[in-house]
Amino acid sequence: MPGVAARNASADAFGRQPIVIGSETLIADLSGALYWPARQILIVADLHFEKGSSYARHGQFLPPYDTRDTLQRLAALLKRYNDARTLIALGDSLHDRSAHQRLAPDDLAMLRELQAVCDWIWVCGNHDPVVDISLGGRVTDIVEIGGLVLRHAPSPERDFYEIAGHLHPAARIVQHGCSIRRPCFVGDRSRLVLPAFGAYTGGLNVLDPAFLPLWTEEAGFSVWMLGQDGVYPVPVAMLRED
Amino acid sequence: MNDKRKPSRVLKRSSKPPARRGRTRRDVSLPQVFQTWFKTRGWTPRPHQLALLKKARARTSTLLIAPTGAGKTLAGFLPSLVELSQRTPEDVKGSGLHTLYISPLKALAVDIARNLGTPIAEMGLDIVAETRTGDTPASRRARQRSRPPSILLTTPEQVALLLAHPDAGFLFADLKTVILDELHALCGSKRGDLLSLDLARLRSLAPDLVALGLSATVARPSELRAYLTGQHKPDARLELADLVVAAGGAEPQIEILELETPVPWSGHTTRYAMTAVYDAIAQHRLTLVFVNTRMQAELVFQELWRINEGNLRIALHHGSLDVGQRRKVEAAMAAGRLDAVVATSTLDLGIDWGDIDLVINVGAPKGASRLAQRIGRANHRLDEPSHALLVPSNRFEVLECRAALDAARAGEQDVVLARTGGLDVLAQHVLGMACQAPFAPDDLYREVRSASPYSALKRETFDRLLSFVSTGGYALAAYERFAKLRPTGDGRWRIANGRVAQAYRLNVGTIVESPLITVRLVGRGRTPRAGKTGRPGGERPLMGGRVLGEVDEDFIDQLSPGQTFVFAGEIVRFEGLRDTEAFVSRATATDAMIPSYPGGKFPLSTHLAKRVRAMLHDRRAWADLPLPVAEWLGLQDLHSLIPSPDEVLVETFPRGSRHYLVAYPFEGRLAHQTLGMLLTRRLERAGARPLGFVANDYGLAVWGLGELSQMIEAGKLSLDQLFEQDMLGDDLEAWLAESSLMKRTFRMCAVIAGLIERRHPGHRKSGRQVTMSTDLIYDVLRKFEPGHVLLEAAWADAASGLLDIARLGAFLQRVRGHIVHRSLGGVSPLSVPILLEIGREPAGQAGREDILRDAAEALIREATEGPARD
Repeated sequence: MPGVAARNASADAFGRQPIVIGSETLIADLSGALYWPARQILIVADLHFEKGSSYARHGQFLPPYDTRDTLQRLAALLKRYNDARTLIALGDSLHDRSAHQRLAPDDLAMLRELQAVCDWIWVCGNHDPVVDISLGGRVTDIVEIGGLVLRHAPSPERDFYEIAGHLHPAARIVQHGCSIRRPCFVGDRSRLVLPAFGAYTGGLNVLDPAFLPLWTEEAGFSVWMLGQDGVYPVPVAMLRED
Repeated sequence: MNDKRKPSRVLKRSSKPPARRGRTRRDVSLPQVFQTWFKTRGWTPRPHQLALLKKARARTSTLLIAPTGAGKTLAGFLPSLVELSQRTPEDVKGSGLHTLYISPLKALAVDIARNLGTPIAEMGLDIVAETRTGDTPASRRARQRSRPPSILLTTPEQVALLLAHPDAGFLFADLKTVILDELHALCGSKRGDLLSLDLARLRSLAPDLVALGLSATVARPSELRAYLTGQHKPDARLELADLVVAAGGAEPQIEILELETPVPWSGHTTRYAMTAVYDAIAQHRLTLVFVNTRMQAELVFQELWRINEGNLRIALHHGSLDVGQRRKVEAAMAAGRLDAVVATSTLDLGIDWGDIDLVINVGAPKGASRLAQRIGRANHRLDEPSHALLVPSNRFEVLECRAALDAARAGEQDVVLARTGGLDVLAQHVLGMACQAPFAPDDLYREVRSASPYSALKRETFDRLLSFVSTGGYALAAYERFAKLRPTGDGRWRIANGRVAQAYRLNVGTIVESPLITVRLVGRGRTPRAGKTGRPGGERPLMGGRVLGEVDEDFIDQLSPGQTFVFAGEIVRFEGLRDTEAFVSRATATDAMIPSYPGGKFPLSTHLAKRVRAMLHDRRAWADLPLPVAEWLGLQDLHSLIPSPDEVLVETFPRGSRHYLVAYPFEGRLAHQTLGMLLTRRLERAGARPLGFVANDYGLAVWGLGELSQMIEAGKLSLDQLFEQDMLGDDLEAWLAESSLMKRTFRMCAVIAGLIERRHPGHRKSGRQVTMSTDLIYDVLRKFEPGHVLLEAAWADAASGLLDIARLGAFLQRVRGHIVHRSLGGVSPLSVPILLEIGREPAGQAGREDILRDAAEALIREATEGPARD
């Protein structure tokens, strides 16, 4: 099999991609996070803390470092966007209702450190309809700010501008006989769905019927795939089902 | 055409009068009923059959090495039949199970059981022999545990399941003999590891147990002999089972096909020789055409039918075809209703399928033992020579065929079976043993080390593995409260609850298949809509048609609806995918793709590689080669260099705007791919701007923009440093982090070790989800606990398996100070076949970021230049 030598990371041509929702310009980061420069807000979706230990309850001892990995990547994110004042976790931040009890003390301490850097908001999701008070931060079902609605699951209505998570979007393209499947941002001008940020989160193909109600026939949708070195806007015509 | 049904295997093995009839002697050790039976059949027991009987009576575990046709199976069963015919009810203390026969193939166990019935019935013996496989009904399996037959014929996985049952002590209390058939095919794999551990446990449960191993000729019998017997003092000495070697059969007659048409420079299609192959088939009763990969099988099958003017009955047999289809082909072979079968290694093993009088090996033999096995398929009669024809597909393969032929004539073997037992397999076994009964770690450790693959196991590793089985074995002790094993208070360990045993039973075994997609034939248009946003199967429920077989998920991933490919000997059109089924319809196309199947390619064996290197250097040997090949080597001698056997040749030359570095280690494709990856990284660092590489079994080529010859001459690039052994350190480590091969290996280990369950009670996890989650798990584990025991297991696997690091390491050591360099003005004769591989196969893993970049740039072009219109 011929291999191709790794190309040096090019000068960040795709490092950060601007995405416009309504009249706001947001930055899609290759970590899967979204930054809103005008409001200095970082948004991440579907952290799924303690998914590993949730599996362990059923006899599959996945490495118990998923929460730590997710926290470390959050820390790196906050360092890079050091002008961020607020971090919003868009729901399903905890994998299940007892996840907060299983958090390792070190991980909890790290979370607290991050919360000292910025204002922390938990948006509730279906995995975490309540967020335990021990986790700090503020808890809400929905955030409305600057003409945008931020919530966990995208709503079927279309009469507002919305940023959501929940669906774990992923996209697949095939070229030169090589199939690539990656988490992605997916959206149209009025709505954006974030990829899942948590370490053990899988992805749902954006061509899955679950995404269909989100877009109108005429306008369609756009996809930005996460790579190693950047966020790549990809033609929808190139997407493939799983 | 011979239409007579072949006699059954057990009987047929002795059905020929023994070779030395004059020396017929009555053997007093055989009971009268047996002597009479042999006599009425007109047979005489063979010396090795009697020898094995004697060994079993002396309670000595023994390895029997015998060529095909020597009556090996009867030799294995004879001691048990004799003992059982003399057993009285008082002898039975437990369940009465006397003999366990273990075969690598379910079908072989069934075949042997059927044939064993004949002598039992004809002698009127009161002996019950039954099979137990995954297909055995649950009710019978339950009955077999409480009231087992005297002889149970089964597979390694079933033995593991029986041993994990709380009844195991009762079940195996009377066990006297275990017969391991085709041992050479079981040893040297993870299944062999599992079986070795099970043997160790059987010896604990039945201390009087005798193990009889049946094997074809192997390179080092002592490996199998050590495997068969308990290693009671693993630190002090190696214990070996006894050895009985049956007299060899007639010398096989092997030829290499030579045609007027010159052998192609490269490629694996062997199209140039198909007419000759066809003619050979026409001249024989039943021909077995062996190929190396399923892809080649499909191709050769297509080609043969294209020129099949004589309407010969040619069938196809490979591992991806539907089982029902394969059984049909096997039955047709046995019944003499076929003229030829194109097959992969699925037909390598023991079952006797017909009166084969010619074996054609298309492509490279890859190993001396492998070739010997295949040739042995032709003619199961000991005293007649087997006929075989070797058909090389390209010039390098001519050399390889010649080397294999010389090895076969010298009776040399090269398969190395000894291996260090997998830690993932051991993890599975430990859990199984806990399911049977609470265990003391000291006792289990001792028992495990008595199995030869595990005799070097360190106590520290064993303890880490116990911890892995119990709670995952992580430095961060997070899962204590979910532990699968718990202490009993008296120093022993037991399983935490019944669910653990249930999960164990569903996950037993060491065969982890790559995610497979079922290929189902449907009428055109009666298919799920597979449009971009279409709801699969949304229009109407689809009633599935016939299943053709299974194909690797990676292949289906590359297809778009409407594309055609060759499968199961037919050209089909891909209609769409639903869940784990690919729907296809019949089609006609001239450019249909042929699926490639990963893992099907064996690398060139070390032994043959050595012979090829020696032959290359020995100019007198060139005279035996076809003229174009000899000329090719002569040209290489003239324009570049023919390296001596202990040297490695490295050539550098410009071609077009690129500069090439070609090396010829002859160490097999896997090791070359790893080497190619590592050289590329090093050349990148040296500023040589490499762009890609390609590897085959004989050598590899790296190309790039840097002027390699000049860099070497100016001292900016040192070949000694480039090939320095330390590349197996940090460079390898860095590459592995991203290697899909490593992730694949890790997934297999994770499933076998029980980190990931392959099946949950109630539902089966699809391969897609497994692939997804293990990659994420691998990344996290590598980041936080790189020393974890499961990563150690995966590393050991990769080193001996897909990456062949062990062999690469030996090569790098061998060539230190023996690198000869030639700086050339252009392509060298020897490099042509390697360079021709460029572009034949899709780009590797490392290019994925480029693909995303290309896609994004396509979008930008669309945005700036307007959408493309069809």
